[in-house]
Amino acid sequence: MDEQYTEMVKDHFFNPRNVGEIKDADGVGTVGNPICGDVMTIYIKVKDEIIIDIKFKTFGCAAAIATSSILTGMAKGKMLDEALKITRDDVANELGGLPAIKLHCSNLAADALREAIKDYRKKNKR
Amino acid sequence: MERIYMDYGASTPVDKEVIEEMMPYFDKFYGNPSSIHSFGREAFDAVEESRKKIADIICANEDEMVFTSGGTESDNLAIKGIAFRNKKKRGSKGTHIITSAIEHPGVLTTCKYMEKIGFNVKYLPVDKHGLIDIKELEDAISKDTFLITIMFANNEIGTIEPMEKIGKIAKEHDVIFHTDAVQAVGKVPIDVNKLNIDLLALSSHKIYGPKGAGALYVRNGVKLQTIVHGGGLEKGLRSSTYNTPGVVGLGKACELGKIRIKKDMVYLKNLRDMLIKDILKIEESYLNGHPEKRLVNNAHFRFTAIEGESLNLMLDGKGIAAATGSACSSKKLQASHVLLAIGLKPEEAHGSLRLTLGRMNTKEDVEYVVEVLPEIVQNLRNMSPLWNR
Ligand SMILES: Cc1ncc(COP(=O)(O)O)c(C=O)c1O
Ligand SMILES: [Zn+2]
Repeated sequence: MDEQYTEMVKDHFFNPRNVGEIKDADGVGTVGNPICGDVMTIYIKVKDEIIIDIKFKTFGCAAAIATSSILTGMAKGKMLDEALKITRDDVANELGGLPAIKLHCSNLAADALREAIKDYRKKNKR
Repeated sequence: MERIYMDYGASTPVDKEVIEEMMPYFDKFYGNPSSIHSFGREAFDAVEESRKKIADIICANEDEMVFTSGGTESDNLAIKGIAFRNKKKRGSKGTHIITSAIEHPGVLTTCKYMEKIGFNVKYLPVDKHGLIDIKELEDAISKDTFLITIMFANNEIGTIEPMEKIGKIAKEHDVIFHTDAVQAVGKVPIDVNKLNIDLLALSSHKIYGPKGAGALYVRNGVKLQTIVHGGGLEKGLRSSTYNTPGVVGLGKACELGKIRIKKDMVYLKNLRDMLIKDILKIEESYLNGHPEKRLVNNAHFRFTAIEGESLNLMLDGKGIAAATGSACSSKKLQASHVLLAIGLKPEEAHGSLRLTLGRMNTKEDVEYVVEVLPEIVQNLRNMSPLWNR
């Protein structure tokens, strides 16, 4: 049987947190999902290795939007090294689970964040 | 919250009159229609009475209808039935099937299976409106072609294929013509003789009848190999005890469909055109399917930079039931084969929305949908990295 979206997923889909762009972002990461075609962009502001602000834009299904929303909440306030450790499973778990077929969406969110951090580090090579 | 159903292409509510007609066949006339006693006979009479009504909606004879469990089984019986029969009869000849790229899985998956077991299948492409090319069809016919199976009307984008021309070509080349008319019955007047159709699949639950009932029209003289072996019902074509309530329900649904078709067509077309006119006012929205040759109840759109499952869930949040052909919403995570076949890029297919109307919809329903949809589209676009306006 198909699993349904959890209440938590629906909450983050209908009321997504941290939607938008950061015009003067320190790092930007965009990834496309080769499986279903979703696209996600994550913007971060960094100060002293801490993510002080994070926003997202997502072209995709409810799972993609909900995972973006929850991920941005999880990453906000974290040290970059800590944020890099967030896995797809962490994202899915935080949402109370995802339908099996939608698990790939949680990859997208974790990957977009990693790309944003990579972008920041590239720009701020010491 | 008030709910609005605009997914009649997926399924319909059973008409109250149909339910009423079916009820006695659960606990009053429950005999097996094949039994010799009075219980059996009264059920038998009802089944045969229904057979007439079902034949009538496509202008066929009652002895040309085979009951099945639905559209999918009818498609399977038509294609495998004729293929297996032909192979036996014509040996190595009779190996070529022509179909279209936009068939329902009932036909498409069956054709893929036929390829696996040694048949050759030509999948005719369609133009940007979803129409096959008649010339291309004719060119595809070879001496080995024994079956053309092309749907009457497409379930996603609503395009109505040129049945009369296909029928004529099939007849000229002495090829059997099967059509999946599951979406067309009750919404397009059908005369199997005028259209030269040899096999036609129909389904009860799309025409205000119960789920799990359907029929295959088999022109007199066309011989099929059964795919459900058993006690030998339906001239040996389809065994298993008759689903009497289902058959009676389908019969009544066809009877009502025939009576109401003219009124339904005018009513639905009017609502559909309202939907199309107002929804296309949304920036970067497009109609999929043919502008005129389309089902009276089908409105299919795409919106740039948003995704269909999200859109449908948002609509659901407002009480509106619709459908989409986006990759995210499919079990295979692939964009709908129909939308790709009409030339849409995967990202364009991503933002698709299907609204299919039915008898119970009102002008107010349409007004509500066109009122809430623009805001939902805008909200999703505000969230989308591909929308930079
Ligand atoms: C064109 C078409 N063919 C076949 C079917 C399958 O019919 P059923 O659900 O009765 O098997 C459908 C329904 O989804 C359809 O739209
Ligand atoms: Zn997705």
